[in-house]
Amino acid sequence: MNDMRTVERAVDNTEARITARDVQVWYGEAQAIRDVNIDIPDKAVTAFIGPSGCGKSTFLRTLNRMNDTIPICRVLGTIELEGENIYDKRVDPVQLRAKVGMVFQKPNPFPKSIYDNVAYGPRIHGLTRNRAELDEVVEQSLRKAALWNEVKDRLHAPGTGLSGGQQQRLCIARAVATSPEVLLMDEPCSALDPIATAQVEELIDELRSNFSVVIVTHSMQQAARVSQKTAFFHLGNLVEQGDTSQIFTNPKDPRTEAYITGRIG
Amino acid sequence: MTVLLLLTILAVLAAAGYVLGRRRALAVAGGDPKQLHSLPGFYGWHTAILAFVPGFLVLLLWLVIQPLVIERGVAAHLPESVQADPAARQLALADVRRVASGLDVALSQGALTEGAIAALDASATDLRAKLGEVGVALGAAVSPEVLAAAKDYREATARAATLRAVVIIALALGGLAWALKRIAPDFWARNRVEKVVLWLLMLASLIAILTTIGIIWSMLSESINFFRQYPIGDFFFGLTWSPKFGGGSELGFIPLFWGTIYITVIALLVAVPLGLFAAIYLAEYASKRTRSWIKPMIEVIAGIPTVVYGLFALITVGPFLRDVFAQPFGLGSSGSSVMTAGVVIGILNIPFISSLSDDIINAVPQSLRDGSFGIGATRSETIRQVVLPAALPGIAGAILMGASRAIGETMIVVMGAGAAAKLSLNPFEAMTTMTVKIVGQLTGDTDFHSPETLVAFALGMTLFVITLCLNVLAVWIVRKYREQYE
Repeated sequence: MNDMRTVERAVDNTEARITARDVQVWYGEAQAIRDVNIDIPDKAVTAFIGPSGCGKSTFLRTLNRMNDTIPICRVLGTIELEGENIYDKRVDPVQLRAKVGMVFQKPNPFPKSIYDNVAYGPRIHGLTRNRAELDEVVEQSLRKAALWNEVKDRLHAPGTGLSGGQQQRLCIARAVATSPEVLLMDEPCSALDPIATAQVEELIDELRSNFSVVIVTHSMQQAARVSQKTAFFHLGNLVEQGDTSQIFTNPKDPRTEAYITGRIG
Repeated sequence: MTVLLLLTILAVLAAAGYVLGRRRALAVAGGDPKQLHSLPGFYGWHTAILAFVPGFLVLLLWLVIQPLVIERGVAAHLPESVQADPAARQLALADVRRVASGLDVALSQGALTEGAIAALDASATDLRAKLGEVGVALGAAVSPEVLAAAKDYREATARAATLRAVVIIALALGGLAWALKRIAPDFWARNRVEKVVLWLLMLASLIAILTTIGIIWSMLSESINFFRQYPIGDFFFGLTWSPKFGGGSELGFIPLFWGTIYITVIALLVAVPLGLFAAIYLAEYASKRTRSWIKPMIEVIAGIPTVVYGLFALITVGPFLRDVFAQPFGLGSSGSSVMTAGVVIGILNIPFISSLSDDIINAVPQSLRDGSFGIGATRSETIRQVVLPAALPGIAGAILMGASRAIGETMIVVMGAGAAAKLSLNPFEAMTTMTVKIVGQLTGDTDFHSPETLVAFALGMTLFVITLCLNVLAVWIVRKYREQYE
């Protein structure tokens, strides 16, 4: 465990952005998530770790109602974003997803130009009034995703022509462009090589000054490097949550310790 | 020995070769298959192939060459004047074959014996009446030359058949024996068998290509014949189509081309939106259960023969369009119209466009849709802005294939749009297409070498070039815009 540097970073704001209470997720008759209670802090990176099939991705997807696209999936309990239950009937899941952006495991740029990829969200939500404003949003988003300098001369080249790491940063820029409050990342580095991974991790660290970031990861080193809060999932239960340094150095639950030291998973 | 019998013998020898080869391979290995390079079955297949293939190839070649050789020999009996004229020679040889086969029939029915045939004398017996009794009708009385030639033809054919049987069975047995002799533990039977399979695959693709070349060649040579008799400029730029079988026809291609294009455009206007919308519904919105019964039902449309569509056009769509649109708006009183044929061909094309587009839309990766949903796009925004652009090259290909089908459609046009070649903008007027005229000109009762008939080949060639261009365009579009989401 010596390679696991847990960097002490001050969490500026401990106020919860998302609060989840008694969340259960069912796929038909099978229960995937059991009574999860968690607070996601603002302006910090929260990592979900746990062995494969533990429900951490499923829980992530409940936070922006991406599970709605799966017909047999049911979600019980309450998840509040800034005091409003996102599973309330009055909440339009489409609007919600503009506030809770998502970055996926595999880079999935649209078959459009780099510019159009980033402008996609602002265009469908009508966030800009004219071309100049849109240009500005695109540039700012690409800057936030640390991609601007690499692509500023070829904004109209296809996004699919970029390298894997650049594509993933493009997807982050695309998610950032709608000015979300929360950014969900589902194993964002699992399809990337080590150099691209390092770039994306650095980016995640920068993003927390503007957004609340939730990241699902298989790599404990990555969780230790980028997150301030960590939640450990096992068999659909949220076993333990707390400051990342505490989870990695002084886990309270024996299952957490077993996972971190490599005995289960 | 007949060809069928020979083929059966070859097949039996091949089967025997498989069994023997397998058994011998096992014997050579001392009963232990692990000593062999390949599985015992491969030795069996190798033996079977060597027993069958050489004999089969020689048989094919023989069947092509034999009639040429025999006819050259037989033609010597015919008068000099007939031999010199190719057309007359062909006719006389056809007579010879007919008489020869008539004699065979008479023999098999017992009306004549081998001895009686040898003693036949054309001037003494009325062979025409005699053969008529056994059901073989001849066009004219049999001349002595033809009878002599026919006798000769029968003998030569019989000799050739015997020789053929001997040669081919010898080849098969030789191949079998040679293959058996080569079986040894370190003989690479598997690789050899797979090489033969490779040749078989190559042959299959070659035959498809050769057929296309053959079609082009036959069309091209007859088209050239046509353009020798009719000026090429008048054909491609003539505005009137009025073939007169007495001669002096005007064979302008423009009215037919216009009819074809007009009907195709209407068909696509019907088929593309309906097919595409159906595909989007099926691929993106319909539940699995709905899809599992709607999709086959749409595809039923594709299984209906076009002549049935023609009936539908003739008795339902045509009168309906005439009574509801054409007559009230003063656009004509014809039940047959471009509109009728276009609409019905469009309906016919719906399943092709919807089925192809459905597959293409389904091939767009789910990750792209997730990406779009994840930003807060609705399903319809996702389809319009992400899925359809990604699927566009494939959809364009599907549409162009639909266009090719509409251009080539004949039956529905005959029954729905009529057969009058006209140049008009009114969609409720009867018009016709190139395909209909190809049928019309070729099934006429005129001399095959007149321009009125040969024009069918020029039309066919033009049609082929048009559809080829469309297909090339489809392939080009798909190539150029492909790999967008990879």
